[in-house]
Amino acid sequence: MEHLLNLLIKSIFVENVIFAFFLGMCSFLAVSKKIKTAFGLGLAVIFVMILTTPLNYLILRYMLGEGALTWVHASLATVDLTFLAFILFISTIAGAVQLVEMVVEKFTPALYNSLGIFLPLITVNCSILGTSLFMQEREYNLVETAVFSVGSGIGFFLAIVLLAAIRERLRYSNIPQPLQGLGIAMIITGLMGLAFLSFSGIQL
Amino acid sequence: MSVETASAPVIEEKKKEGLFSKKNRRVLTDPLDDNNPITVQVLGICSALAVTVQVKPALIMAIGVTVVTAFSSLIISLIRDSIPGRIRMIVQLIVVALLVTLVDQLLKAYMFDVSKKLSVFVGLIITNCIVMGRLEAFAMSKKPWPSFLDGIGNGLGYGVILVVVAIFRELFGSGSLMGFKVIPQWFYDMGYVNNGLMMLPPAALFVIGIYIWIQRSRNTKLVNVS
Repeated sequence: MEHLLNLLIKSIFVENVIFAFFLGMCSFLAVSKKIKTAFGLGLAVIFVMILTTPLNYLILRYMLGEGALTWVHASLATVDLTFLAFILFISTIAGAVQLVEMVVEKFTPALYNSLGIFLPLITVNCSILGTSLFMQEREYNLVETAVFSVGSGIGFFLAIVLLAAIRERLRYSNIPQPLQGLGIAMIITGLMGLAFLSFSGIQL
Repeated sequence: MSVETASAPVIEEKKKEGLFSKKNRRVLTDPLDDNNPITVQVLGICSALAVTVQVKPALIMAIGVTVVTAFSSLIISLIRDSIPGRIRMIVQLIVVALLVTLVDQLLKAYMFDVSKKLSVFVGLIITNCIVMGRLEAFAMSKKPWPSFLDGIGNGLGYGVILVVVAIFRELFGSGSLMGFKVIPQWFYDMGYVNNGLMMLPPAALFVIGIYIWIQRSRNTKLVNVS
């Protein structure tokens, strides 16, 4: 149990998808101009991440990994399809996002309208695919995968809402012209990353 | 648009006038500075900054992205008339994922240690916004040869940033370039220490932020782009 809590804290703060690995930077920078939209995107990312990463785990475990197909027939025990991981992972994500979009549109049109274009764009958000690939590389089991995906999602949410809050204030400050916009956003992200580094070493 | 029209010109690129005409050259060189994918179009900052601690992985990553961007642009441009509009994203993703899988398997076969260092970031080329962005903005509506050039140009423009950041980080962070010691020992003896900050992830963001600052001060028409 402690081990899982540690993993959660580590994935939210210490190894934050944005500050430690720069995953999902595109939407992070593009959508962080207002807190409200940042909030919506953050929630959508958490949702899709929790849905797709365990799904990808199951695909990896029961379809792709070495010996994963043993449950179909004993003679398939030596088949190793891991090289197909990229294609299947991205298809799962694209499919899941499409599904989520349809469900949300059907049952909660209000939420659908507020998320707008961000929902389909999540497909190409690196943090989603990145979480799945980290799950593969670090060989987590199903429970760990679920905890890790929750943590990564919350980490992204936290980061994007914080940056949006800072950028809303920035509008009133006097920044050199060439540094405005993208430049200062980068440097602020770096400073926030430094702040988040101070969480490293926290153990329960 | 058959494959021949796209590949034949490559062989005799010097003889024919139109291939490297002014327009095509601009397609190739624009992304290096004026229309740089990272600092101006704000595409593809994702993932790959994490591999800029040293120059060598950054260089390999840059080559990988260039190859994937160029060939996915070429392939998508060749089949652009037969892709149904509604599912074009999926088609693009599959083409890109296929190329990335090839790159990944090649790296694993011939450069295993680098492949270990790049870890998940090779796979993340799939979701690199540069690839998708150029496919949507350029390859879906242009002929194969300019699309190919555009892919190479954008891949290189991306590579330039990656390598510049990596040079700064490796030089100041560990005093070496491409793994060779550059800063001499007597300099350390005089009390110089490596800058540990450069090894941390935030350093990449600082370097790139300052790069953008310098680029936009030099080239004022880029101010207020985003």
